[in-house]
Amino acid sequence: MTHSAERSRARRGVAEPHGGRRFAGALRLVGLAAAAALVAACGAPPAKDGAAVDADAASAKSAAGFGGLAKLVEAAKKEGRLNVIALPPDWANYGEIIKAFEAEYGIEVESAQPDASSQDEINAAKQLKGNDRAPDVFDLGLNVALANKDLFAPYQVETWADIPAELKEPDGRYYGDYGGFMSIGYDAAKVPAPKSVKDLLKPEYQGKVALNGDPTQAGAAFSGVVMAALGNGGSADDIAPGVEFFKQLKAAGNFLPVDPSPATIESGQTPVVIDWDYTNAAQTAKLAGKADWKVVVPQGAQVGAYYNQAVNKDAPHPAAARLWQEFLFSDKGQNLYLQGLSRPVRLDALTRSGKVDAAAAAKLPETGGEPVFLTQEQADKAKKALSETWARAVG
Amino acid sequence: MVAPVAAPAPRADAAPGRGPGTRPWLAWLVVVPFLVYVGVFLVYPTGVVLAGAFQDADGAFTLENLAALGEGVHRQAFLRSVELSAWTALLGAVFGALLSWAVSVGRPDGLPRRVVVAGSGVLAQFGGVPLAFAFLATVGFQGFVTRLLKDVFGLDLFAGGAWLFEMPGLVLVYTFFQVPLMVIVFLPALDGLRPQWREAVDGLGGTAWTYWRHVGGPVLLPAFLGALLLLFANAFSAYATAAALVSQGSPIVPLQIRGALTGEVLLGQENVGKALGLGMVVVVAVAMSLYALLHRRFARWQ
Repeated sequence: MTHSAERSRARRGVAEPHGGRRFAGALRLVGLAAAAALVAACGAPPAKDGAAVDADAASAKSAAGFGGLAKLVEAAKKEGRLNVIALPPDWANYGEIIKAFEAEYGIEVESAQPDASSQDEINAAKQLKGNDRAPDVFDLGLNVALANKDLFAPYQVETWADIPAELKEPDGRYYGDYGGFMSIGYDAAKVPAPKSVKDLLKPEYQGKVALNGDPTQAGAAFSGVVMAALGNGGSADDIAPGVEFFKQLKAAGNFLPVDPSPATIESGQTPVVIDWDYTNAAQTAKLAGKADWKVVVPQGAQVGAYYNQAVNKDAPHPAAARLWQEFLFSDKGQNLYLQGLSRPVRLDALTRSGKVDAAAAAKLPETGGEPVFLTQEQADKAKKALSETWARAVG
Repeated sequence: MVAPVAAPAPRADAAPGRGPGTRPWLAWLVVVPFLVYVGVFLVYPTGVVLAGAFQDADGAFTLENLAALGEGVHRQAFLRSVELSAWTALLGAVFGALLSWAVSVGRPDGLPRRVVVAGSGVLAQFGGVPLAFAFLATVGFQGFVTRLLKDVFGLDLFAGGAWLFEMPGLVLVYTFFQVPLMVIVFLPALDGLRPQWREAVDGLGGTAWTYWRHVGGPVLLPAFLGALLLLFANAFSAYATAAALVSQGSPIVPLQIRGALTGEVLLGQENVGKALGLGMVVVVAVAMSLYALLHRRFARWQ
């Protein structure tokens, strides 16, 4: 908000008898400004051509394309940089993962806009195309990944075979990296333990239940509504009961329309938070000693989803981008995800080979029953229903 | 918010009459940085919004984005935006006018006046995250005042629901920056009232009512209405404060635009966002045109 422009006009106005002429002058100024804008637009700095992108690296579909992993590491070290985007340090352990990658390969990681959404990542890639600050790799919700297939370079990591078929695009344009279940995080000192979604309607939760984001915009909140639907008589095909649940929650005065963050949890503003189990569980660890933050995946309402990795086909650092993928899907990278209490996509393979970090696996929030993963058709149907009903339900 | 830039036109006879050695091109040269600035940050983005509003995802011409403005959610948002802006403009104008009046009858160099004018200059710019946080920290769920009222008087500010994060909260928070803006724009008009007019009314046997009814009121009315429009446009286009405060349901248009541009659930809404932006441009343009007309009227009295 800047009112300064009007302020200068509102100041003790000098009487301007030549209103008409002033208008013409203003018009002329606007015209000139438009011309200036054109000049500025044409004079935009051209793409940096100093570090010419290695065409071979940009077309490599696996480590073999470089002549093996060692050669890939060499090429990536030569680039020396990696741009990542939308990776919050306390989300699935990304803070540690970035540090470990830097330490292992001596490649500097530039982490932009940690709190951005999946769509923001795509916007950034489009806006910065050809610029050496463009994101090299993406971490995306499935929805956004599906819609932008043509932006990704196909690349299959060494451990490709371990990734379940339903979680990967056949060419390797994107594939699941880590996932989790929708959960209810709560401050055990302030509220009783909720066993089911419906428990949250009780008076003990008055003004205390927050949802992480607006479900028409944020993937986590969207899955939160699906969880509420499953716990309220709905199904993956019918999420209306989920919207209905939040409507009741609001009517009961329990729904808190605040965007939860580590700060709101710590200050006690949001004593109950519906979010992914790995982000909630990260709060448990973070608040140890300050608050008793517990996580429960409600019985009979288990909604799971995986995030996806993809390489930007216009990555300014194509080798580093591919090395990052190899790192994330290596035993080490996957265990780092696990230490962030998310469920790495190769968890089964790691368990079989005995390479799994057992202590971290033991800390995962308990789940039981049949997990629900939405198909694309179900997700599309749910999105349509949400866009029509959500604002009215909570507005 | 963006106000129409009305720079005084160079007088047609300015160049030759400006003393020796000045050339017209030199005068234009001085304006170039300003033009570039306005071009890059105002004209160009506006052009992008206008063009995008009529394009589909592939860049072809379409009217669908504009048609989407008629959909329930968007129509509601426009109605609520107008409602919010109108209420806060009215509240801001009334309280701001009373405050200005209280200040204007005091000594022109007195301390109260200096404090109010300086404070208004600061507070009219107080918005976005700091303003939202100030309210959260005082009357939020765990706010200082909320806790005090609860512990000392047993009053629950939020018995009626989470009002601070909904429309009532937005009205309260917006009014907080509307009142000082009113003081800034309305005080000069009040200063334009000459004491002699009042004396003349008294001398001719008029009462205070006669004076306000026939002299003060008519003189101030255009200024008041103009300020009302300015406040309306100011609230209508405010974004950061609402964005920091409201995270659910996107009740007003700027928040709908945020959702359209950054949402990761409903995709391909970017150009609908631009159409919403175009709708806002139209509303603000109407308000500011009316303001410009009124401004011309009341400028005569100052």
